[in-house]
Amino acid sequence: MKLEDLRKIREKAEKELKLREGKARVKIVVGMGTSGIAAGAREVLKAFIDEVEKRNLQDVIVTQSGEKGLSSHEPIAEVWEEGKPIVVYGNLTPDAARRIVAEHIVNGNPVTEYVIEVKEA
Amino acid sequence: MPKRLDILVCSGAACISNDSTTIKNKLQAVLKEHNLEDEVAIVETGCMGPCELGPVMLVYPDGVFYIKLKESDVEEIVKEHVIKGRPVKRLQWTTPEARRIVEEKKQIPFFEKQLKIVLSNCGKIDPENIEEYIAVGGYEALAKVLTEMTPEQVIEEMINSGLRGRGGAGFPTGIKWKVTRESAGDEKFVVCNGDEGDPGAFMDRAILEGDPHSVIEGMAIAAYAIGAKQGYVYVRAEYPLAIKRLEKAIQQARKYGLLGNNIFETSFSFDIEIRIGAGAFVCGEETALIASIEGKRGQPRPKPPFPAQKGLWGKPTLINNVETFANVRHIILNGSKWFASIGTETSKGTKVFALSGKVNNTGLVEVPMGITIRELVFDIGGGIPDNKKFKAVQIGGPSGGCVPAEYADTPIDYESLKKLGTIMGSGGVIVLDEDTCMVNLAKFFLDFTVEESCGQCVPCRIGLKHLYDILDRITKGHGKMEDLETLEKLGEEIRRTSLCGLGQSAPNPVLSTLRYFRDEYIEHIKDKKCRAGVCQFEVKEEEVSLEEKLKGII
Repeated sequence: MKLEDLRKIREKAEKELKLREGKARVKIVVGMGTSGIAAGAREVLKAFIDEVEKRNLQDVIVTQSGEKGLSSHEPIAEVWEEGKPIVVYGNLTPDAARRIVAEHIVNGNPVTEYVIEVKEA
Repeated sequence: MPKRLDILVCSGAACISNDSTTIKNKLQAVLKEHNLEDEVAIVETGCMGPCELGPVMLVYPDGVFYIKLKESDVEEIVKEHVIKGRPVKRLQWTTPEARRIVEEKKQIPFFEKQLKIVLSNCGKIDPENIEEYIAVGGYEALAKVLTEMTPEQVIEEMINSGLRGRGGAGFPTGIKWKVTRESAGDEKFVVCNGDEGDPGAFMDRAILEGDPHSVIEGMAIAAYAIGAKQGYVYVRAEYPLAIKRLEKAIQQARKYGLLGNNIFETSFSFDIEIRIGAGAFVCGEETALIASIEGKRGQPRPKPPFPAQKGLWGKPTLINNVETFANVRHIILNGSKWFASIGTETSKGTKVFALSGKVNNTGLVEVPMGITIRELVFDIGGGIPDNKKFKAVQIGGPSGGCVPAEYADTPIDYESLKKLGTIMGSGGVIVLDEDTCMVNLAKFFLDFTVEESCGQCVPCRIGLKHLYDILDRITKGHGKMEDLETLEKLGEEIRRTSLCGLGQSAPNPVLSTLRYFRDEYIEHIKDKKCRAGVCQFEVKEEEVSLEEKLKGII
């Protein structure tokens, strides 16, 4: 690895992370730390993937991250949309995950009862 | 009593200079005039953002945002909105921007007071994808030290930053690096201590699971600074996911040439292996940890020589905690000045705490050093559930002590905590309310340390057991007043004479509760009373029957 290589990877990966030139319009990031998994994050992740597949949403990706810290509100997931603030959801269930896909991602209405934070991207 | 309406008046600097104080005073007066003081709460808030539209005001639960207020508007708002429930359209702001602010202010303040440096990537990037780490500037710090800095400059930067060990003792990290660099030896090692054993603490786990590359990068920078080629991460076996993610991260780093030979085409080579602990608390102690990596029984040995002089296989070894290593790249990238500007005079940067116990929001919080216990418990933690009374916080786990509610405004840094008879420790914070019995709490931690004592030195092996037995007796109603003195004397002795940190700090929970909650101990002994209702007192059968017998005779 050369220094230039690192910069190149960074440039490419930055774009993907910010979704600018990537194919995806929306990214769902599910917190998959031990606290999240213990609270049921695996089922929530599965529900997200399943619902996205079922609706054949080509421009939505589901991915994972470590935990954000707020253990008492796990499972936690973030929804990243291009040009919009990041919406953080907490206390999720598989049903809530399906609702988020249907109401927030497809219809653009965040499911307010599960929102715990809205932050700048 | 909860109020019907909350009126949030912005008291940011810009609004105040636009006379928001007059608005607030007027509001207070008008509310009083209409006898609404008990129904409506006035809350002064920090800057809400749209300063150019100030003074601004937000009304909950309606979520109505008023802008460009004048003193003369207040009367109308109270009469129309507060009394009749009709928001004053003329003054209302309804753009999407306003909606965003309305929503934001409603959120849990959990994240607001936090300053995320170490945890900045946790919950954001995919820990199993090295490219996401690189996207947020990962391995830039390593590239910088290898191509632009000498090892001495790196060490100087670390010393200037004021970073202190996050594993508990708080030894200045830069000095440790310097000593290890200056120790003579043909081979040196870097070891990362991930044997996080305090009950309830899981900051290292979260970092290893959420951002493993930051630890790898920190270790590589340290290796360059001290002149090491090989590193070990010692992780406890109870963290299978952390081990899995770290393993994957190491493999990816190797694949990308960020571990291995001639990193960034320099002469620097470095690799890392994982060593898994077998579940002994004492292996978090550095000399015991070294013994465990060497394949020996995990027992501490006397210091000096310190690991920096004679560590792993007798070679100079640098041991730092997971969180300490995770700080390194931020210091290199942003500079020691930036890091030293955060925190207090003697404690720089941030600290991750594991907040648990009787508090509404539990979990990991990263805050600047010097934040007060009150802010931690009430602002971030959201206060005590069920309107119970806040009694104390237990900081530092089995090696720490209790800080009572009277000291809630103490800033959290290494020195202030020490003065109060506790330690920063690895950062476990357990919030206690009126339903916690302090004697029983001390017993709980003693039970843990008795179990985890390695049994090598007498004060720890026998002394702690004796402390535990006395506490057990007191919680069962068989205590004597002399016991209190014995606890203190014995505790001090154990603290002074134990071989390692485990024994030296194990009496802290007893000594600190005796210091601040002595009356509870006395109640247990004299009145057989536990004010928290936790301890079950045994009735001594002989005593009762003897009295009965005497009664019969006389």
